[in-house]
Amino acid sequence: MDWLTILIIVIQCFVITLAVTTAFAYLTLFERRLLARLQNRVGPNRAGPGGFLQPAADAVKLFFKEDIVPALADKPVYLLAPALAVIPALIIWAVIPFGCLNLNWDYQACYDPDRSNLWNILQITDLNIGILYVLAVTSIGVYGITLAGWASNNKYSMLGGIRSSAQLISYELALGCAILSVVMTYGTFSMHEIVSQQRGWLWGIIPQLLGFVIYMIAATAEVVRAPFDLVEAEQELTGGYNTEYGSMKFALFFMAEYIKLIAISALAVIFFFGGWHFPGLDILGREVTALAGPVVGSIVFGIVSLGAFLLKVTIFLFISVWVRASWPRLRYDRLMDLGWKWLLPLGLLNLVYTTVVIVLIPDRVVHSWILFGLGALTLAIAIGINRVPKPVDNVTFVNDIQLPSSQG
Amino acid sequence: MELILFLITAAVAIAGAVAMLISRNAVHSALFLLLNFGAIAVLFLLLRAPFLFAIQLTVYAGAIMVLFLFVVMLLGAEKVEDAPDRIAWQQPLALLLGLALLIVSVVVGLGSATTPPPDGEELIKFSDPRSLGELLFTDYLLPFEITGFILLIAVIGVVVLSQRGRKI
Repeated sequence: MDWLTILIIVIQCFVITLAVTTAFAYLTLFERRLLARLQNRVGPNRAGPGGFLQPAADAVKLFFKEDIVPALADKPVYLLAPALAVIPALIIWAVIPFGCLNLNWDYQACYDPDRSNLWNILQITDLNIGILYVLAVTSIGVYGITLAGWASNNKYSMLGGIRSSAQLISYELALGCAILSVVMTYGTFSMHEIVSQQRGWLWGIIPQLLGFVIYMIAATAEVVRAPFDLVEAEQELTGGYNTEYGSMKFALFFMAEYIKLIAISALAVIFFFGGWHFPGLDILGREVTALAGPVVGSIVFGIVSLGAFLLKVTIFLFISVWVRASWPRLRYDRLMDLGWKWLLPLGLLNLVYTTVVIVLIPDRVVHSWILFGLGALTLAIAIGINRVPKPVDNVTFVNDIQLPSSQG
Repeated sequence: MELILFLITAAVAIAGAVAMLISRNAVHSALFLLLNFGAIAVLFLLLRAPFLFAIQLTVYAGAIMVLFLFVVMLLGAEKVEDAPDRIAWQQPLALLLGLALLIVSVVVGLGSATTPPPDGEELIKFSDPRSLGELLFTDYLLPFEITGFILLIAVIGVVVLSQRGRKI
């Protein structure tokens, strides 16, 4: 490995870290504006045109706030916790393919299973255990929140921390099942290969419809986002695990949460929505290469694939904000019920479906649609069982309650 | 380069283990053990075993230590109690057994150091999760099945224990 390669990797790391933190800043603005519109408000629109400078103003405010450490906090752990929250959120991006810009100037190599001619500048590294890396990093993410809750020496923080560790441990299993069925479908742990196998219109959601639903629910719970944000339920816990944190330390927790949200959206796109593919992308690559040569061809291919990926991620972020505006927070026992009694069995069932169908029917298109049908059927049955209405005699209607004054 | 990385990681691993033993606070101990697990994961990576690296992080750092920490926090047991240690006789025994393990592993390690590590095509096959899976289901099928059976017993045990004292 010569120094030029190392330099390029260092630059890639810098660019991706900066891009992700900037994306976080503008995601907060996006969310506040969109939430406001969904709730028929205006939202922050004063700083700059359309509120464009609001994230900068927020950052300045957070930097100049007083930095407090509670007297009875466990100081080293208290200071370590925000870092432990942010680091996993940032290093997960090392394996995510944003697109395919081959610096060996041949766009065809992006589809080639033999990756000897591929030098993709839009992915830092394509580990052969990429998905296991993602699972390992997300499983470490729980420490930041748990330790913040413990080290603050505050009852509210402690409860928030304990809630979060219980929730993350419970939903990690369902998340792992959903991701494993994707691995089984494509027979590889490499992110790039999963994306390149979704060439054309047969995206991962068709064989893995059930897996997609499980993934989305479990991943939303994994990044403690509404409607699973009991960790920071402000009516019950004032602020949850970050009650005692202020200034930039609070901002780091906030940042970790939003960067993880972007990361799970990116992973959802990679696993279930074709990554950087869209129908007709290879035709575009072929035509531009024929028109202007392989260099321009692969640059155009790379930029268009990057654009497609970012567009899909933005759609997922929009849906996430929409869900936050529409759904009330779950009760704690319902949360545990959903994780253990519904998502985990469904995830295991999906693993069985995937294995059996793929082994029995090797043809790609046929087994994809059979899995799609099985998944849709199972989902319909599960939703049907789950919505058994309460017996009428168990329900207390408000107008049945006898108020003392109404008697007489 | 590799030697320097190995020395740093090994030093971190040993320092984490020692700090874990002498720390007076159970949560600090858990964190030092976590540091030790992380260092060992990096050692796996240096041995060209990325699969074991990921498993070490997911299983030990991501699951087992989280449960430890969870229990310690939930019970509020992070402070050392002042009462005299009732199992003090274990300390010299543990030291002795640890020393014996160290000697055995050094002897075995020196004995097998003559086989050169794989490289090239062999190495890629060695680090591939696919070949690991194939080995588990062919050469090591019996140990694999036994492990699965033991885990099943643990699962049944949990169900039985959690149902104890509950009227059906």
